[in-house]
Amino acid sequence: MTTPAHDPALQLLVDRVKSARAAGAQLCIRGGGSKDFYGEALQGELLDTRVLEGISSYEPTELVVTARCGTSLAELEAVLAEKGQCLPFEPPHFGEPAAPTRARGATIGGMVAAGLSGPSRAAVGSVRDFVLGATLLNGNGEVLSFGGQVMKNVAGYDVSRLLAGSLGTLGVILEVSLKVTPIAAATLTLRLEMDQATALDKLNTWAGQPLPLNASAWWDGNLIVRLRGALAAVQSARTLLGGDIVQPEFASPFWEGIRNHDDEFFVGARAAIGTGAALWRLSVPQTAPPLALSGELMLEWGGAQRWLCSAAPAALIRDAAAKVGGHATLFAAQNKSAGAFAPLRSPLDRIHRELKKSFDPSGLFNPGRLYPGL
Amino acid sequence: MNAPQAVAAPLSASAPGPLNAALSIEVGERAQRQTAVVAALAESLPPHALLWHREDTIPYECDGLTAYREQPLLVALPETEAQVAAVLRTCHRLNVPVVARGAGTGLSGGALPHRLGVTLSLAKFNKILKIDPLARTATVQCGVRNLAISEAAAPHGLYYAPDPSSQIACTIGGNVAENSGGVHCLKYGLTLHNVLKVRGCTVEGVAVEFGSEALDCAGLDLMTILVGSEGMLAVTLEVTVKLVPKPQLARCIMASFDDIRKAGNAVANVIAAGIIPAGLEMMDKPMTAAVEDFVHAGYDLGAEAILLCESDGTPEEVAEEIARMEAVLAESGATRLEVSADEAQRLKFWSGRKNAFPATGRMSPDYMCMDSTIPRHRLADILIAISAMEKKYGLRCANVFHAGDGNLHPLIMFDANDPDQLHRCELFGADILETSVEMGGTVSGEHGVGIEKLSAMCVQFAPAEREQMLALKRAFDPKELLNPGKVIPSLARCAEYGKMHVRRGLLPFADIPRF
Repeated sequence: MTTPAHDPALQLLVDRVKSARAAGAQLCIRGGGSKDFYGEALQGELLDTRVLEGISSYEPTELVVTARCGTSLAELEAVLAEKGQCLPFEPPHFGEPAAPTRARGATIGGMVAAGLSGPSRAAVGSVRDFVLGATLLNGNGEVLSFGGQVMKNVAGYDVSRLLAGSLGTLGVILEVSLKVTPIAAATLTLRLEMDQATALDKLNTWAGQPLPLNASAWWDGNLIVRLRGALAAVQSARTLLGGDIVQPEFASPFWEGIRNHDDEFFVGARAAIGTGAALWRLSVPQTAPPLALSGELMLEWGGAQRWLCSAAPAALIRDAAAKVGGHATLFAAQNKSAGAFAPLRSPLDRIHRELKKSFDPSGLFNPGRLYPGL
Repeated sequence: MNAPQAVAAPLSASAPGPLNAALSIEVGERAQRQTAVVAALAESLPPHALLWHREDTIPYECDGLTAYREQPLLVALPETEAQVAAVLRTCHRLNVPVVARGAGTGLSGGALPHRLGVTLSLAKFNKILKIDPLARTATVQCGVRNLAISEAAAPHGLYYAPDPSSQIACTIGGNVAENSGGVHCLKYGLTLHNVLKVRGCTVEGVAVEFGSEALDCAGLDLMTILVGSEGMLAVTLEVTVKLVPKPQLARCIMASFDDIRKAGNAVANVIAAGIIPAGLEMMDKPMTAAVEDFVHAGYDLGAEAILLCESDGTPEEVAEEIARMEAVLAESGATRLEVSADEAQRLKFWSGRKNAFPATGRMSPDYMCMDSTIPRHRLADILIAISAMEKKYGLRCANVFHAGDGNLHPLIMFDANDPDQLHRCELFGADILETSVEMGGTVSGEHGVGIEKLSAMCVQFAPAEREQMLALKRAFDPKELLNPGKVIPSLARCAEYGKMHVRRGLLPFADIPRF
């Protein structure tokens, strides 16, 4: 990261934070706005991160890319693809459905702040697993670097990874270094007909075997799985799993649709939200049995992520998730009075408050976006 | 190693922490304090779970970094979670520091006792609570050894991936504290990537749970900072780890190079070819000689550097990948290539690498193991720089690298009975760390900062960054009682270090750009 003295755009951000602090104002950190719907409501004066943009360094043989917060996610992915590399956790772009990904607006800063990962998450890890370093502008207006550009780093607390999913509550993520991986040699999508309980059982059994299982989705009696890896491994797994091959011209848009919530299930969910239902994201142990909740359901991540479009009471859904050892997020809804995220229990609630204070003593950044009062 | 005890005194005296001023208290006062704390803890622990006589606490005076030693005020050996909570509550009330300890194999002094604090030995928490083959998880107590998890999971065709070289002895609780890696972490990740849930206690003795058996949890991802926090944020008692399917087959290539730079480039070329090896390790010539003498694995003694490059997966996958690896290594100028024909030969290839430390121990009365990480493309540069440092400090150094991760383990050989050699060794080590930071790396890849690399932290982090980390600690531990004086150096300590170490006319902790 350059220093504010050498970078007018960065200096402006630092000045903005300092003057907000002096004036007792609050700031709403925002990139392309593709995830405005996520979490609690936006509050504070807009601080647009897109003033700081561009890939700072990319060395394919190091498997590391460093980019500034306002860099377009679509552009970064295109640069990586030119070198045969990718962000294997498939971060969602969201934004305007049907728009080309470049126009959707997702930025690298937003990707880390939201902490969301796509269909391959259960197999390859989440965004936080690929963060190697970050530069942060904290509530004191200080530019701080944590982590680095190397694969292994235990010097001090791993603050850079803590930023993944922090929704901007700890500060302005100025720049991040990410581990990237080679694009796998082979990909194959299969479709199998089965009910939910059978699908969960199969997915868990397969995951215990050395198979190149990369993504899975179950909806309405159909289980779709994606194999990804060396050609030989994909071919032998295909024989073992059975089912019908989904041709690439259908498979690729399908997985993109799951990733960006443009798929039929999510289009239906958005329509239902208009009539008072809510889209819930249930994060549960992969082996959790089918949950007795009413509504339309889609499973992902081998059963560890369950999307539920339902008008059922929030407490009922949160209890069901908690009972099996998970939690439920009110992902998209017209009314989020039940709280976007599952409430924190003691002593984690206190630790959250104290951590927030340690990064942002005046409570400048994204107030209430994660939890009211945080 | 037989390090002189005198070393500990100046080191501890400069250690920061809430009791810094109190460190100078008289022996009599320390004895008084000891009596008071023993009496308070005796209310919740049976007599055999408390050690305070010097002859009983000596086994706890150091961890794997034996150059630094200190006697704890007392050692508590609780047997139940309720007893751990009681020890923490009591210490919190009495403002007594607590240093949690597993197997004591750490290499940075993270478990070095506090002279006025309690060493909390968690050795009794050694039970594997549950192996769930369908969910592919193991729930174990913190004192379970790393390798024991894989052994327990083996009947199900599963194992726990992170494999630090000390895996036969080190505990999972210690692995969580250090975010331990191993030779396979480029492909399989570090401890953080393989831990789902940690149950433990806050400094106040309150039960706390980080993570969950789901893939994420609500709120901030506190697991990211807990793992690798070296016992500074909470006490780990129970860990749920991910188990992964054991690959059907693993094969290893042993490649010789007649030039360090060619070997370094070969590492970059393998990655550039889109290959993520299961393991990619490098040994230099002195290291190869040392381990060959120890294990007789048939290493090429004429090579300037040896690479071990491993592939795992299905037999078809491995055949495909090994062929690609061989081609890249040959193109990169390997002078000799040998592929393991069977499991016995593969293990033989690895035996030297895994025994690098004991083999070095035979060559020198003492050695200091460094642990910095650099960008992979600087491997040859750092080796050449280290070679120059050998002359500068008049000490020998053998090198093993987790080359795939750019993680270096130079082993500086010295005789701790010679104070001048120890001093030169410390300067040598500091030079390696500072050079690593200059090359865009970090002072610790996997062994942790502990007490050993406190000064180096002044080089890597600016004052505001260190202050932020100290504030983060206080969010968990407002009184700074958990393992005080480790990991994050105080301003005063860095100022002191800066006075000693002015390089190129610049203070080492000046605000250097790091990205």
